[in-house]
Amino acid sequence: MDVELKIQRFDPERDSAPHWETYRVPVEPMDRVLDVLTRAKELLDGSITFRRSCAHGVCGSDALLINGRNRLACKVRVEQLGKSISVAPLPGLPVVKDLVVDMDEFFGKYRSVLPFLVADEPEGAGERLQSQEQRDVYDDTTKCILCAACTSSCPSFWAQPEYVGPAAIVNAHRFIFDSRDQGADERLEILSNEDGVWRCRTTFNCVDACPRGINITKAILEVSSAIGSRG
Amino acid sequence: MSSALQAEAGQIDVDAIVIGAGGAGLWAALELAREGIPTAVLTKLYPTRSHTGAAQGGVCAALGNVEEDHWEWHMFDTIKGGDYLTDQDAAEVLAREAIPAVIELERMGLPFNRTPDGKIDQRRFGGHTRNYGEGPVRRSCYAADRTGHMILQTLYQQCIKAGVKFYDEYHVVDLLFEGGSADQGGRCSGVVGYKIADGSLHVLRAKAVLLATGGYGRAWRVTSNAHSLAGDGMALAWRHGVPLMDMEFYQFHPTGIVGIGILLSEAARGEGGYLLNGEGKRFMETYAPKLMELAPRDMISRAMYQEIRAGRGIDGKDYVYLDVRHLGRKVIEEKLPDITDFARVYQGVEPISEPVPVQPTAHYAMGGVPTNLETEVLANAAGGVVPGLFAAGEVACVSVHGANRLGTNSLVDLLVFGKRAGKRMAEICKSTTAPKHVAGAERAIREEMLALSTRPEGVRPAEIRRALADVMMENVGVYRDETLLTSAVKEIQRLKGEYQHVRVEDTGSVFNTDLLEARELGYLLDVSEATAVSALARKESRGAHSREDYPERDDAKFLAHTMVWRGADQAPATKLDYKPVTITKFEPKPRVY
Ligand SMILES: Cc1cc2nc3c(=O)[nH]c(=O)nc-3n(C[C@H](O)[C@H](O)[C@H](O)COP(=O)(O)OP(=O)(O)OC[C@H]3O[C@@H](n4cnc5c(N)ncnc54)[C@H](O)[C@@H]3O)c2cc1C
Ligand code: SF4
Ligand code: FES
Repeated sequence: MDVELKIQRFDPERDSAPHWETYRVPVEPMDRVLDVLTRAKELLDGSITFRRSCAHGVCGSDALLINGRNRLACKVRVEQLGKSISVAPLPGLPVVKDLVVDMDEFFGKYRSVLPFLVADEPEGAGERLQSQEQRDVYDDTTKCILCAACTSSCPSFWAQPEYVGPAAIVNAHRFIFDSRDQGADERLEILSNEDGVWRCRTTFNCVDACPRGINITKAILEVSSAIGSRG
Repeated sequence: MSSALQAEAGQIDVDAIVIGAGGAGLWAALELAREGIPTAVLTKLYPTRSHTGAAQGGVCAALGNVEEDHWEWHMFDTIKGGDYLTDQDAAEVLAREAIPAVIELERMGLPFNRTPDGKIDQRRFGGHTRNYGEGPVRRSCYAADRTGHMILQTLYQQCIKAGVKFYDEYHVVDLLFEGGSADQGGRCSGVVGYKIADGSLHVLRAKAVLLATGGYGRAWRVTSNAHSLAGDGMALAWRHGVPLMDMEFYQFHPTGIVGIGILLSEAARGEGGYLLNGEGKRFMETYAPKLMELAPRDMISRAMYQEIRAGRGIDGKDYVYLDVRHLGRKVIEEKLPDITDFARVYQGVEPISEPVPVQPTAHYAMGGVPTNLETEVLANAAGGVVPGLFAAGEVACVSVHGANRLGTNSLVDLLVFGKRAGKRMAEICKSTTAPKHVAGAERAIREEMLALSTRPEGVRPAEIRRALADVMMENVGVYRDETLLTSAVKEIQRLKGEYQHVRVEDTGSVFNTDLLEARELGYLLDVSEATAVSALARKESRGAHSREDYPERDDAKFLAHTMVWRGADQAPATKLDYKPVTITKFEPKPRVY
């Protein structure tokens, strides 16, 4: 079987604007979009450019706009899409080349929410205790692989690129609700500014986009109400 | 085009360089930051994309949180699991230091699953036993089935907190030496990095350079490994006169998804999953009556091949079943969520109600760049070191895994030896002088990369890569013999010849993945050659190296680590040497489970 693969292409050394190119690519039924992109690159045009690594949905390299939705190319099978597949870079992020976007700002926002445990206790102490129930409170947000599918699907982010975005809030949530952490105040302060949580319009695009099935909107609401109850 | 390659190279001076930001590289970087050593971490992937994030099952440490356990038992299991090729002083370090390392990870914030009284929970894992082999023990600390993800995230978070300087998406293309190559007594003095975003070269000088680049599973057709795992660090060192050690020991994990190799973690069996043959029988009864499905991986992979050969695969085909149905929905969904997802997404199988078809998949390099216990790279079998060069993680061979690694021991290896690397490098940085500036240090690699990127016609890399993956799978897989290995060595040599004419289609400077994949193919050819040559020379069966023409372990001749050196230019590798195994507490015995 063949599919029609449309790729949005852009080479900053040649092109002034992105354009679409179409390829006919042979596929197997269980193929993932990543397999199809790889085959197109190997057989048809070696200059087709995209990121990938793990090939099974755990590293976050290949989040792309596939048939109009943000998802991981290695996690969507061809048979779920039919005979025509279109692939474009994540919306709202600067394109470096073809399907590769510049992730620096995205990671900068991630770093801005203090995404690490803040707990000043004596060195050399043993393990801390945490009940399974305390752990369950933030379990969901530990799953994030920083793929940017959520942030780049968010209309508030498209309209206001300064918005810290769902991915950063998810990673702040992971620590704010960890019983061992003492940095919640500082993070909530950061997230309560004008480009923080209040920009969320609960459109749920992020939840649909997240390949890890994280309930992002719930996490954002929990962070908002933590800010609220702080007074 | 390719203009960026020709531009003047950037110059950066630091004290320490870490190549790779997986578990090993990150912990080393953290330790260096704690010591205040100016350090550059170069990684061809964003740190959180490193393959450590794919590790599912867990990390073993004899905490004894849920039942009695001792590091001596862990040490013994590691040695026996390695079929007595493990260096016992290294296994002792691993088993002892695993305990404080896991506690430290908890203190860094790693969200381990917890026992009812709030301690780190532990579960069973293959080959880990109580009281020197009596039966399975709960030793593996875990965070659902994404332990590696949580380790990678936690260490990266701590590096951010400590202000570690990352060079994200810099591909290291060469190592620099002064005073000759490693085999001439030279010192490693830095690296050349290629900035993927714009194709420019950067010379980084340092007193200490750490290889933490991971494994090379992409040499095989069916593999659990990421596309990026091409043996970069091993090949770069090998090209500068560093030997590679124990390369014939490559682990095939029993439970890969049929055809594509994606891993279904041993955690599935740790939680109680069965392996069934075409007759619906738990065939491990025949091969390892005591440990059954929790026997070491090399034994299970061989057992699966035997069953398949005897026509007892599912419907006579080349796979068996992993069955977790009896564990119930709750255990499957709570403790094995990722694995369940993989089976659903990639096979269209529902593990709650159906058995999952599995076959062995290329998984882990026991061998690699030889080091001592301080992670200093060895230049020869006598234990002389290469000044300035260090290695830790899957790229290295200490050797803690011997002829076969136990599940969870790789993550332990990263933590323990990553940390040791950082500590030792900090000491070296404080006591040595900086390497000299040499003009044009990048000249050789610049020319090599230019030649590769401007060849007007030639073979596509994909063709060579496919041929290599096939020959490694068919001839250098679970079972081997003289005929298979001889023809593999020949075929790899032929492919290396073809590689001299490989052609890159993308001639641009910006994000040229075509060029980098061609580079990676070059690394794969080198490490595959080292693997096949070492395998051919080892005329015995031990751990993951199974010779049908020499089915017995031969301690009289082969209780030793293989070292192999690269041939000059394009000549085949013919220089080998053997380094004795360090035995401290446990005399080699036959390995039965
Ligand atoms: C699917 C899977 C599951 C696993 N599960 C377990 C488990 O449960 N328990 C366990 O103990 N082990 C497990 N393992 C094994 C273990 O995960 C790996 O051995 C380990 O994570 C390797 O870590 P590392 O730090 O050595 O390298 P990696 O994490 O592979 O990182 C390599 C780093 O090197 C960088 N790099 C490579 N080449 C270059 C270059 N040329 N220039 C610049 N940077 C470069 C990469 O960007 C990356 O940052 C599993 C492995 C796989 C594949
Ligand atoms: S929350 Fe989900 S979609 Fe967003 S970055 Fe994390 S994994 Fe990706
Ligand atoms: S390649 Fe890793 S998430 Fe798709």
